[in-house]
Amino acid sequence: MKSSPALLAGAALSALFLAVAAASFVWTPFSVEQLDIANRLKPPGTVYLLGTDHFGRDTASMLMVGARTSIGVAVLAVGIGMILGVPLGLVAAANRGGLLDELVMRGNDMIFAFPSLVIAILITAVFGPSAVNAIIAIGVFNVPVFARVTRGAALSLWTLDYILAARVAGKRTVRISVEHILPNISSLLLVQGTIQFSLGILAEAGLSYVGLGAQPPTPSWGRMLADAQTMIYTAPRLAILPGLAIVLMVLGLNLLGDGIRDHLDPRIRRARS
Amino acid sequence: MIRYVALRVLSLCLSLLVASVVIFTVIEIIPGDPAAFMLGLNASEDTVAALREDLGLTGSAASRYVDWVGGMFRGDFGTSYTYRVPVSDLVSDRLLVSLPLALYALLISTAIAFPVGMVAASRRGTLVDLGIMGTTQLGIAVPNFWFAMLLVLVFSVSLRWFSAGGFPGWENGIFPCIKALTLPAVALALPQGSILARIMRSALLETLGQDYIRTARAKGLTWRRTVTGHALRNALIPVMTIIGLQFSFLLAGAIIIENVFFLPGLGRLIFQGITQRDLIVVESVVMLLVFAVVTVNFLVDVAYAAIDPRLRIRS
Repeated sequence: MKSSPALLAGAALSALFLAVAAASFVWTPFSVEQLDIANRLKPPGTVYLLGTDHFGRDTASMLMVGARTSIGVAVLAVGIGMILGVPLGLVAAANRGGLLDELVMRGNDMIFAFPSLVIAILITAVFGPSAVNAIIAIGVFNVPVFARVTRGAALSLWTLDYILAARVAGKRTVRISVEHILPNISSLLLVQGTIQFSLGILAEAGLSYVGLGAQPPTPSWGRMLADAQTMIYTAPRLAILPGLAIVLMVLGLNLLGDGIRDHLDPRIRRARS
Repeated sequence: MIRYVALRVLSLCLSLLVASVVIFTVIEIIPGDPAAFMLGLNASEDTVAALREDLGLTGSAASRYVDWVGGMFRGDFGTSYTYRVPVSDLVSDRLLVSLPLALYALLISTAIAFPVGMVAASRRGTLVDLGIMGTTQLGIAVPNFWFAMLLVLVFSVSLRWFSAGGFPGWENGIFPCIKALTLPAVALALPQGSILARIMRSALLETLGQDYIRTARAKGLTWRRTVTGHALRNALIPVMTIIGLQFSFLLAGAIIIENVFFLPGLGRLIFQGITQRDLIVVESVVMLLVFAVVTVNFLVDVAYAAIDPRLRIRS
């Protein structure tokens, strides 16, 4: 069984950005908090690999730390979605057709009905703009996604013989959910997690672009774009680089997610070979 | 059918009720007194109290909630704290920008996605399909506000074909307005169109594998007529769902794009409402958007049930 080129490209891109973000904790070419007005708006060269911005900060270093911000926010938002959504989905599936199931699913529909970006902006406005509140705002909308995916997959498992066997053996619902259902839907959750991760990167970029994400001096890709907008005539490079970073990161994660899904789905695998 | 619709209406009303309570509660939590905010630091206690009375900010939360909901039923959404005009006037003004923008973007994305998705599906596995899938994959990954900036860079800064932002107002003629909405609509349409094209492709592939397609081909129908006459119609159900969802998303989700192009739309109204503590505006506009989303979903559901009896029975 060979991996598809898309999966490999996605994995490589994702790994690259994770590595860059991790590296930024220990080393960046220049400090991102130190302003150096004398060297402002320097074009790319040997000293400043990708040039400097209007405060003389090194763009390459900003992008590195920005990767850390984006990934951090998106990963934690996926974490919130999984921690709350997966148990809800498991409960709903175990209680299929019951009142609890109905309650969870209608609650889900409700959250889906809210315009997510508006609510995210509202949440950050209520509690003040910060990376933590961006995480919460994005994470809230991940909850129903994971609940729905978990419930759907778990429902089909509950009809299978080995679950029946477990029930006959006297295992309780909670134990069956944790010991038999959860391990069998983990790959599905991994795929959904990758997709929500990439959506989280986009959402974080959007929120910080309108000034509601990580606050200065913490660099973030969205904020870099917002700053660059006023200088789009003089230094278009500043508006292009952070955008490219977002696109490549999101593209990598999407390819990775699709790749894993195709890899796991035997129907597609057979069709390809 | 009647039972189905009645149940859906009940669930629609319940959704709206819960949504209104949630929105009201969130707005209640927002720190800061609008009256004090409006009058500034030097206002005396008495003036602030008088203004609070004037704005209807006194009384218990429950009675204010009832006033708010009751007002909405009469078409009275309250008066904006900052603009001092009825919220309904503000909203209808802004809708004149947001609604055409959403429709324009939807038109572009559908006009591109349909043919592109059809070509990709009929040439599955070829280089053309691969190219289309790669391009749409890229289209999904591009943040629309960044794409908007690139459009400004190319078409406003370099080519000078379009202005970089602003809206002339419909009273100055239709053409300048359409022109002003073109770059924002294209920016909004790129990711939406990419998603739609991919869904179009997979929905078509699904139907193209059906037996009746083979039958149609076997009785001598050309490939083109098989696709347009038989496969396309059957593939439309999932595609229409997404179009419905995208429309409500475009209406509400244009906040950032409206900010890039300085368009006076609904999104910008909410954004300004939040930053200026004009909570009555935020409250009412968010409620309207939720109403729009829930209603569109409801209509789509009912339309399906009318078309496809299987959906009625299942629920």
